[in-house]
Parts: sequence; C-alpha cells; structure tokens
Amino acid sequence: MDILRFITAGSVDDGKSTLIGRLLYDTKQIFADQLEAIESSGRVNEDGQVDLSLLTDGLKAEREQGITIDVAYKYFSTEKRKFIIADAPGHIQYTRNMVTGASNSNLSIILVDARKGVQEQTRRHSIISSLLGIPHLVICINKMDLVGYDEQVYNQIVEDYKQFATKLNAKDVTFIPVSALKGDNIVEGSLLTMPWYKGPSLLEHLEQVPVSQDFNLDNARFPVQYVIRPLTAEHHDYRGYAGKVISGTYKAGDQVTVQPSGQTTTIKSVKLGGKILEEAFAPMSVVLQLQDEVDISRGDVIVKAADGLEVAQEFEAEVCWMHNKALKPGAKLLLRHNSTETRCVVRSIDYKIDINTLDHLEDVDQIQLNDICRVQIKTAAPLLLDKYADNRSNGGFILMDETSFATVGAGMVAEIEY
Amino acid sequence: MTKRYLDYLDQLEAEAIHIMREVAGQFEKPALLFSGGKDSITLVRLAQKAFRPGKFPFPLVHIDTGHNFPEAIRYRDELAERLGEKLIVRHVEDTIKRKNLSEPKGRYASRNALQTHTLLETIEEFGFDACIGGARRDEEKARAKERIFSVRDEFGQWDPKRQRPELWNIYNGRITKGENVRAFPISNWTELDVWNYIKREEIALPNIYYTHERECLVRDGKLMAWSDFIYQEPDDVVVTKQVRFRTVGDMTCTAAVESIAFDIDGVIAEILESKISERGATRIDDKLSETAMEDRKKGGYF
Repeated sequence: MDILRFITAGSVDDGKSTLIGRLLYDTKQIFADQLEAIESSGRVNEDGQVDLSLLTDGLKAEREQGITIDVAYKYFSTEKRKFIIADAPGHIQYTRNMVTGASNSNLSIILVDARKGVQEQTRRHSIISSLLGIPHLVICINKMDLVGYDEQVYNQIVEDYKQFATKLNAKDVTFIPVSALKGDNIVEGSLLTMPWYKGPSLLEHLEQVPVSQDFNLDNARFPVQYVIRPLTAEHHDYRGYAGKVISGTYKAGDQVTVQPSGQTTTIKSVKLGGKILEEAFAPMSVVLQLQDEVDISRGDVIVKAADGLEVAQEFEAEVCWMHNKALKPGAKLLLRHNSTETRCVVRSIDYKIDINTLDHLEDVDQIQLNDICRVQIKTAAPLLLDKYADNRSNGGFILMDETSFATVGAGMVAEIEY
Repeated sequence: MTKRYLDYLDQLEAEAIHIMREVAGQFEKPALLFSGGKDSITLVRLAQKAFRPGKFPFPLVHIDTGHNFPEAIRYRDELAERLGEKLIVRHVEDTIKRKNLSEPKGRYASRNALQTHTLLETIEEFGFDACIGGARRDEEKARAKERIFSVRDEFGQWDPKRQRPELWNIYNGRITKGENVRAFPISNWTELDVWNYIKREEIALPNIYYTHERECLVRDGKLMAWSDFIYQEPDDVVVTKQVRFRTVGDMTCTAAVESIAFDIDGVIAEILESKISERGATRIDDKLSETAMEDRKKGGYF
C-alpha cells in the first residue's frame, strides 16, 4: 500500500465538495457522528438525501464570511492506497491556495460542469497544475445527470479540452464522465446510466495510477538538516548527517561531494533507526556517515561526485506572489530552499503569466497577490539548484519577508546561470 | 534493479522524521509535548529514529491536569527514565492556585481548557520557541486546516486567516520575538495509521488502551471512567464494563469505549468496524459546541 496525494480544485458550484463528500461517503470513511452533525444541520439536496458537500464544510470564520480561507486536508484509504486530499478553493483570488495545495500533489482532479463545458476556471486550474509540475491530471466531467448522460456532450468537452491541453506539459490526462450527486463513476461504475463509457470509475483510476515513478530517483540530492554528535564515551567521534533523500539514491561506497564547499569523500554507512540500509532512496529520511572528517553543517547538500554539480547564485524562476503588498524589482527578501536560508534580491521581472491562457504579458513593473511572474533572482549564498521541471523536490523555494518572516512567495527554478 | 517502493507507513515516517529534524535545525529551544497518549508515544519513537545515537535536541514536556490516568503517568515516567531523556512536568493545579483561576464546575467540568494557561506559562518559563505536538488533521475540521508549522502569537493564539502558505517540504519557522511555533509531525496520519505504526514498531502502550474492567458512569451515552475528579449527580449510575480508551487525555473529558480487544490486532479490528470517529466517541469537550476546537485553538490550545 502506498500514498497518492491529490488536489481537488473548483468551487461549490462545480460540485467539488459533493465529489469529495461522495468519495468519502462511498468508501465508508464518514463516521456516524459526522453524518449526524450534517443531518442535524437540516440541509438536504433535492432527492432528500444528505447534502454531501457539507462534509467538507469549513471553519466558523469561513462560514461567517462566506469564503474558503484555506487548503483543507482530508484522508481516506482503500485496501490499495492511502489518499491525502488537498482541498483548495477555486476562485481566482485563491491562486495562492491552489499553488500551495498543488505543490505536494501527484495528481489533480479538475471538475468541468457538463452543462458549461471548458471554462476559464477549467483552464486556470489546469495551467496551475501544469506549472506546479503535477504529473497526472484527471478531468472529471461532472453533472452528467443534468445532460441526460449524453455521450455526445461528453465527447465534445473531451475534444475541446484536448485542444486546449496542447499548451500544457501534462504527461498524463484522463477523462471521466461522472455525477458526483448520483454517485455515477465515483466509486461504482455507470453501467446503467452511461453504458457507452468503458473506462474506470474515479476511485478505480485513483487506485491504479502509477505514482512510484513520480519520485525522481536519478538526481541524488541530500540536504543536511541536522548533524548528530552524541559526544558520549561510546560514540565519541560519531558524526551522523541527518536528512532526507529528496531525490535519487545513496549507498555505502558512493563517492560524494559536499556542496557548496566542494569537498569529496565516500559514504561509510546509510542508516535508519540504527539499522544499516543497503540503499536509501527518495523520499526516505536517513542518517549518512562519511569516511572522512569533513566540515558539514545544516544547509549543505551531499551529492554524487560523478554528477559534477555546481552551485549558483543567479537564476530565473516563476514566482507566485502570496502577499497583499506587491513585489517590485529590487526588493530584498529571505529565500528558503530545502534546509538553506539566504537573502536574495529580485532583480527584474521578465513577464507575467496569464494563468487563463498561458500568454506572456510584458512590461510588468510589479507582482500583485496571486500573480505568477518570471523573474531574475540573485542570492547572497550559493545554492545547489535544479530546474523545477527536472527535479520537483530540488527546484522549489519560498520567499519570506525580511522583517515579519511571513511566507510571501513561492518560486520554481526555470533557468540557472553558473 | 532493486524495486524501490516505499510503503505508506515508511512514507509517513520519513515525512515525520524530516519535520522533527527541521524543528531541531530551525529553533533554539524546542520542546516535545508529551501526554502519555498514543500519538505522543508515536512522536517519541519518531524522535528516536530522527536523532539516535544522539540525545533528543528537546526535553519532553507534560502539562499535567492532575486528572490524568495513573497508568499514563506511570508510563510517562518509565519511558523518560528508560530513554534517558529530560522530562519537565508542570501542573495545572499550580497555575490555578497561583493565578487564582476558577475551576470549571458542573456536569461538564474539565481542566482541559485550563491546560492552555499552564502551557503558555511553561513556554514562557523555559523560553520555548517551538513545541512539537501529536495533533492529526483527521481528528477535527479545525485541525484539517492547520499548518504543520503553525505560528502562534505570544498568547498562543491560532489565526486561521494569517496562516503561512506551506509548500513542498519547506517549513518556515522564522518568528519574531514573543511568537512561537507549534509543529505537528504526524499531521498527515490517521488514527488507523498510528495504530498500524505502533503495531509495526512493536511499541508498548499504557494498558488502558486495551480492554480491562472498569467502573464507569454513563453520561450522555458515553462511558466515563469513575474517579474522584468526575462530577457526580445523585441519579448517576455506576456500571462495570469491559472497556478500553481510544484517546488518553484528562479523565474528566475522555470517554471509554466498550471493547474486547486485548491486543493491538483486536484494537485495529475494532477501529475498522467502528462507526464513530475518534474524537466523536471519546471527547466530551468537542461536543459542547460545533466550533469547540476552532475556538480553543484560537485561544492558544493545541
């Protein structure tokens, strides 16, 4: 059994909450007391059934203002998989939240109302999923019950979407006709209502979609988080480098280089919980011991010597701005990339990405909340970076305000200047 | 080529260890809040995996309401002793006396909410800048929206509107003076995940997690352990039942469930069959209002 992390984007109107509610309900993840709380609220849909969208209802603070503030995380599992849902609100002003939820997801469920077809919101959610490097997209064409389960309607939407999707670098796109309200093709199939559909139900697809190869096992990166030095009689000279293999693989005997210092040595052992591992691979958290005594501290990265990697201080990135106060060129910020923190300056803004069309808008003099822009960044300290498109786990960073320390932006490395 | 496949428990473990090490790496004076419950016992095992053969870079801190199960207290002391780690205990009783706080009275009286006072005092006393806790997002809808690194102001308050976006595996623990962070390494675990991990790791638990005979009061359909601390009414019925606890908190607000599970497989089987959520089954404090947890968190609770 492994884990699939997926994001659902959309608004209540698309039936997103109903879809999640249906997944949880039909996989029997809803407990009686939770259902009772919903029933006692007195809201039912036109069939007189419990309104499943209420299962995802949020905080008092949100209800008071009639908005969704934030990404909510939900969990369910079947015999095949554990699922982690990042449930993000879908309105344009919440690009920030969708970017946040998408950053950790392997799959994105995008809802299309069968009556309306591909809309601006469909395109926006697809583009954000694509920018955040989500490998699998599932386009759920919802409310099929309201179009008489018509195959032609479904085919037309699939066609329209495919035409639009040529712009995206989506590796894997799946289409499923569903009715979240009625439960068609969510957990069970749709033999009675849509005999023309031969594919899997949404849950069957979620259970099958291969995710193990989504971990990058080619580019070995081990950012050191913490140095273990017991300084006891028994472990007097022990130094263990604690961290997570964010990508690639490591084993004893590997020739490694420590960046940014560039010192080279060999791995003596790879351990987890005191037990020796033959090999550590992403995303394991382990302890590395090295053959030679080298000066290593938090923020250093242990990589394979043979890869001949270099550090850089200047790069281009796509930045999603998450703060009310706009970002202007020349702004100084703190940048956190894995376990490294450094100051940086945003030197220039190249263009803004229209998240509804992917068009580039030139002559942009500042980045507003929820904008995604291509920028030039220079850092105070050298970083061991990958392009986000090559290595998702080593190509993302966050930007923090220098005085409040709030997280104000999220960035994805696009080009690196060595 | 070897097949590189990481089981879901290994993935959750790797994530939790990573979070703990980020706390150790980013903060000057972290602490691990330890209650003697299964979630914090799981955190201790994860800390062993994260930091051995070194010592934990934080003490274990217990905020004792004075109404805890004696079995949990005994377990706590033995565990700290066996691990050779520092244990700090602070008592709600002392806060009540010192600050002349009024004890909640009546049918739903519990010191659970008063814990917040003692917790904030303890944070101040030791200057803790981060507290690791065992909260999980599957427990409650307010928890479902809280960050893994949750910044609290000097009153410990959670402001859902001012939360920092949390992307990839990057945790922003930078704070200004007076603020502190609550860090939740097992945010993405469910109740069942915790039990399956305890089983896999063969972790011993306080015996109240398994079936035993106990005198209970029946209150609002829930079985409350009979003790000197619990509010009693003349018509209360005391019954003797075979029970276990799904959560181990303050005796006055933690209910037992009827059970025949004498070992971990039995517990897992019962959870799989259970039709009621963990907090729904066992917590009186959440039932008081629909937004009880959200309100408590805004007031500095975990």
